[in-house]
Amino acid sequence: MRIPPSITQKIAKISLTLACASAVAALVFVIGFVLVGGLKHVTWAFLTEPILDMGRAGGILPAIVGTILMVFVAIGIAAPLGIASAIYLAEYTQEGKVTQTIRFGINCLAGVPSIIFGLFGFILFVVMLGFGWSIISGGLSLAAMVLPTIIRTAEEAMRAVPRNYRDVAASLGATRWQVVTRAVLPYALPGVLTGVILGIGRSIEETAVVIFTAGSAVQMPRSLFDSARTMSVHFYILAREGISNDNAYATAAVLICTILVINITAYTMMHRLMRGRRAA
Amino acid sequence: MNRISMKALAVFVSCGFVFAALASNGCSRASANSITLAGSTAFQPFAEKLAERYGETHKDVQINVQGGGSAVGIQSALSGAAQIGMADLLELPPEAAALKSTVVARDGIAIVVNPVNSIKALTIDQARDVFSGKVANWKDLGGSDSPIHVISREEGSGTRRSFDKLVLVGAKLAPSALFQNSTGTVRQAVASDPTAIGYVSIGLVNDKVKALTYNGVPANDTNVKNGSYPLARPIFLLTKGEPSPQTKAFLDYMLSDEAQKTLEKEGLIAAK
Amino acid sequence: MDRFISKLLFIAACSSIAILALIALFIFKEGVPIIIRSGLGHFLFGRIWSPLEGQFGILPFIIGSLWVTAGALILGVPLGVACAVFLAEFAPARLAAVLKPAIELLAGIPSVVYGFLGVMWLAPIIRVHLGGPGLSILAASCVLAIMILPTIVGVSIDAIHAVPRSYKEGSLALGATEWQTAWRVILPAARSGILAGVILGMGRAVGETMAVIMISGNATQIPHSILDSVRTLTANIAIEMGYAVGDHREALFATGIVLFFFIMALNTVALRVARRRF
Repeated sequence: MRIPPSITQKIAKISLTLACASAVAALVFVIGFVLVGGLKHVTWAFLTEPILDMGRAGGILPAIVGTILMVFVAIGIAAPLGIASAIYLAEYTQEGKVTQTIRFGINCLAGVPSIIFGLFGFILFVVMLGFGWSIISGGLSLAAMVLPTIIRTAEEAMRAVPRNYRDVAASLGATRWQVVTRAVLPYALPGVLTGVILGIGRSIEETAVVIFTAGSAVQMPRSLFDSARTMSVHFYILAREGISNDNAYATAAVLICTILVINITAYTMMHRLMRGRRAA
Repeated sequence: MNRISMKALAVFVSCGFVFAALASNGCSRASANSITLAGSTAFQPFAEKLAERYGETHKDVQINVQGGGSAVGIQSALSGAAQIGMADLLELPPEAAALKSTVVARDGIAIVVNPVNSIKALTIDQARDVFSGKVANWKDLGGSDSPIHVISREEGSGTRRSFDKLVLVGAKLAPSALFQNSTGTVRQAVASDPTAIGYVSIGLVNDKVKALTYNGVPANDTNVKNGSYPLARPIFLLTKGEPSPQTKAFLDYMLSDEAQKTLEKEGLIAAK
Repeated sequence: MDRFISKLLFIAACSSIAILALIALFIFKEGVPIIIRSGLGHFLFGRIWSPLEGQFGILPFIIGSLWVTAGALILGVPLGVACAVFLAEFAPARLAAVLKPAIELLAGIPSVVYGFLGVMWLAPIIRVHLGGPGLSILAASCVLAIMILPTIVGVSIDAIHAVPRSYKEGSLALGATEWQTAWRVILPAARSGILAGVILGMGRAVGETMAVIMISGNATQIPHSILDSVRTLTANIAIEMGYAVGDHREALFATGIVLFFFIMALNTVALRVARRRF
């Protein structure tokens, strides 16, 4: 028996809608669960007080500071390095053996599981270079982890810049570097920033790498060579050790709000930049 | 050179400098006023507590407490990554011979089950049989007809090694055992599974889990202290060579009456 | 000046390879000796992991990683591809414009949050209704399936969008319904792109650590059913690293080597597949 196409069309449409609805439901469930459980415990004091009694009392200020510093170090290193790599790949060279090798390296690096970055950072930065469990070790390891994301996104953005932008700039006598900085980069900026923001997001959510390389000290870090925990690590420890479910939820709520804000800002910023360009 | 390119170049170069400066700074390891403790996750929360107290009166000293495990405690004390190593082992391994060890406290190990479990006590043999998987159903112990989920610490943990020696005595842990990598997570796992059994520090027992009497003796501090409850192990603080004045001061603090009282209140057994 | 900048940029571009080489170097340096000492065969196919007694068999963890990843794919791929088809072909443009970034947001939620929710909510359900300890292959697969969903959806949508418009128009003009067009024309044309997305998701599932530690129970035996607890390669490293010294530590780095090769193989396949544009 053949089912008429109009019926299969209907069945398909309904089941696809259901599939998509369940994915969205998962999203709503995860975010809702955390926000409902956590937001009621988030107070100003929670955001500004030190971690007391292993996290059972007090706030999460050191974890917030730790997160910011670690992300700062990671992005401060990965962004210039990544954007420079992308400029080289997109603007300064022809496809060939060299770029193929570099691209292979980037792709492999992108696939390396975070736990391996953790092992690597532990051996190289913590033990061999003697940085100890510290923000700097954590930041460097995170930088290695987010580098491929930044390179790929930035390169893609630069490749999307129309050929004639470069040609016009070059015909006006601009050097290659001037072409890059004045014609290509401004146009590619939204894409490049997306990559950087993706990198920030990944650094914030990462747990394994940070525990292995930055330790999990609860004190407020005084220098980049002090150990610190990020909010993700703090949440992990609170939730897993059953120290305080309320504070775990609250930390997760702060964490998710941060990520929501970053994503939404990034998205609207990208949107505005694109629209502005189309209008110009 | 135009303005933007100069700026971009300046950013690159300064990043390079910052990186180089940080890298060279790293060898001279940060603030001289910081003490790092690393090791036993069983003692870590207590050490954090003491560090917090100590910090209230010694604002100039930064004390970092890291977990890692007893093995890491020994390793990092040997390598100098930590000034003080922490280890909870029945006896220290031979490589720790080069270190000066001080017993800071003793810690009892309680066998815990979910509060809804009707079982209240285990004999020495029963405990061994349960954890080695020989007895796999609660009904064989007089409980409900449900499989026993054994939850253990992972291989290498100080608590695990002590438990293996004290309870399993040569028998092997049940192959189906689940593993959690800290005593807190074992407690959490037991608290959420009505048919689970595990073991945690006596200090960590709370209303979410139920401690069983072992060989007829309830698991509590008094019984550990008077020696009638046998499941306990010492917690060592390890230092290499002559400690710095700051380290020495903190060590002395940890052994002081005040700190020992704090430890007792938190559920450990004072060393003295 | 331009030459100098060019050199500088080249050095930056080589940093990824340098990092990769350093990672490989360190992991191999730490891990290879134990593999040689205990023999590759014994290491890979040994069934018993008892590091303190010198038995380093990681077969249970290899099987664990395979089970958990397969489970995640079985649950996540149909759902992800269905979402992608819906968003790219069926949903009103406005709705798609909101839902696509929303689903991508799932990727930004820390994996530990997923793990925690799995432990609090999913594991008890499985334990009560299906039996076993709850912390199991099934639970881990469900959590991972949700985690890899954004990757699969995102890449698949891009692949579907890359199918030339004329394919769709031609099919519709011949009287095919939207579903027939999607199933018979668009999906086959976007196959390689979707496959690349699936392989990327697979990589993420294999590499995930913290969520898996929380939700899988970490038993060291070879699982018999999807309700059994299991330990993956990544979990083995993360759980025992803290306490490991000597041979034990080397064996964990060796586990990392196996994981490294596993992922490299996956990436190579993904790259091949992605390059094979229709």
